[in-house]
Amino acid sequence: MKVLVPVKRVVDYNIKPRVAADGSGVETQGVKMSMNPFDEIALEEALRLREKGQADEVVAVTIGAQVAQDVLRTAMAMGADRAILIQTDAEVEPRAVSSLLKAVVEKEQPGLVSMGKQAIDDDMNATGQMLAARLGWPQGTFASKVEIADGRVEVAREVDGGTETVSLSLPAVITADLRLNEPRYASLPNIMKARKKPLETIEAGSLGVDLTPHLEIVSVAEPPERKAGVIVETVEELVEKLKTEAKVI
Amino acid sequence: MTALVLIEAENGRIRQGSRSAIAAASRFGDVDALLLGKAGTEAASKLPGIRKVLHVPALDHALAEPAAALLASLAESYSHILSAASSTGKNILPRLAGLLDAQPISDVVAIKDDATFVRPIYAGNALATVQSSDSIKIMTVRSSSFDPVEEEGGSAPIDVLDAPADDGKSGFVKLEQSQSDRPELEVARVVISGGKGLKDASNFHTLLEPVADKLGAAIGASRAAVDSGFAPNEMQVGQTGKVVAPELYIATGLSGAIQHLAGMKDSRVIVAINIDPEAPIFKVADYGMIGDLFELLPALEKAL
Repeated sequence: MKVLVPVKRVVDYNIKPRVAADGSGVETQGVKMSMNPFDEIALEEALRLREKGQADEVVAVTIGAQVAQDVLRTAMAMGADRAILIQTDAEVEPRAVSSLLKAVVEKEQPGLVSMGKQAIDDDMNATGQMLAARLGWPQGTFASKVEIADGRVEVAREVDGGTETVSLSLPAVITADLRLNEPRYASLPNIMKARKKPLETIEAGSLGVDLTPHLEIVSVAEPPERKAGVIVETVEELVEKLKTEAKVI
Repeated sequence: MTALVLIEAENGRIRQGSRSAIAAASRFGDVDALLLGKAGTEAASKLPGIRKVLHVPALDHALAEPAAALLASLAESYSHILSAASSTGKNILPRLAGLLDAQPISDVVAIKDDATFVRPIYAGNALATVQSSDSIKIMTVRSSSFDPVEEEGGSAPIDVLDAPADDGKSGFVKLEQSQSDRPELEVARVVISGGKGLKDASNFHTLLEPVADKLGAAIGASRAAVDSGFAPNEMQVGQTGKVVAPELYIATGLSGAIQHLAGMKDSRVIVAINIDPEAPIFKVADYGMIGDLFELLPALEKAL
């Protein structure tokens, strides 16, 4: 079975994003970019399935400009066998991304798509569900445990009140939650080896997908700042202030 | 215009997040509620401001595949389809959007007009105003941003619907619920949360619980505390956990990483207790105490 792992290049999670002065978006020029943390987890899970003999090939795919190749090299340094760049300079929303990914799935015929539950830039949490819908495949979102047996995948899902387990027929889409696994680091020799692994580029325009956003960003603003607080010295003072000043207890 | 809200029941009551979604939906016109599963019928019909309740008792576990298919079959009659930004809503509504080739709008915190919405991006470090050109707008709404409708006061009629045919592609296996007598995190008026500074799971019980008991508070945790096994995942507050906005949020032994702040910085009053005066949590705290939480928490419990 082949596992397809969509990955996204995003502003590194340690960077505090700055809103552009003209309100058009968030500054990304000269900012450190990395693979979306949830995608690393999704890739790690695919690699573990290969190591258990349940998958024979792991293919990473990303959508973006030429520069997005770097996250594909990272994916191959972690262990992906090969990679595909769907090249476009357009800003693509989950709707278009799920259509582009559907085209890749139809070409590659994976038995499983393993992806992150959300990207830490747009915080949408939608692409995996939308892809599953477009393919008519079942979905296992917010996965914290994945077990494949007898042509089905059992997925433990992180839900509001606890953990829910579902059983899905393959092929299926799973989206990784933080607790699924701890992703490995790419070693230096593997980073070198990754340079030689195959990276295919496909023009997004050749896939016949309408990339026009259905959700237009009108403006982006800083959230309102909280006003500066005070340091209190004793718990008695704290309780007093919470009672009389803040009136919350 | 008419909106449809996917609502969720728990212990015979309609969840607060669903009641917030109904409040949000009422801005668009008439509101119908869709209830999946056997429980909560009576509570749903009592919700005020509802035109009717569509009830699908056969879809007991709200699996995304049949639920999205059912919503797609109903969609044409509605201008807006909403749910709370709960794990159920986030699972089902984007799948519905995929079926309708629409772009869903996640975690709406404000409604400007029928097509224009505000939502946080980059872990709440920016607020995007977005305009949808979809004919049916599909969105999840952040519960803490909309005052919920009351639990009672209405008497909406109930239409029972059949579930779509089961294709066998997905099945429910089990649900392991976490046991707690405390208020739910998302609806608690007071939340006290612990980070890695608590040092182990037993300290969550011995240090946080007595204070929480005095305040009637829910207990939360940072991702670091969850990852270290001090607290279960569903207690996690943050970008990847729950988003809360209580009246009072007490953060103890946690630094205040960007991803944690995303889940609590809209709380009305924030108190931080930390031994490190440089911890970023002090930048958002209304009241800060610098010191050892192993001394300060028992002292706080006594002072309350």
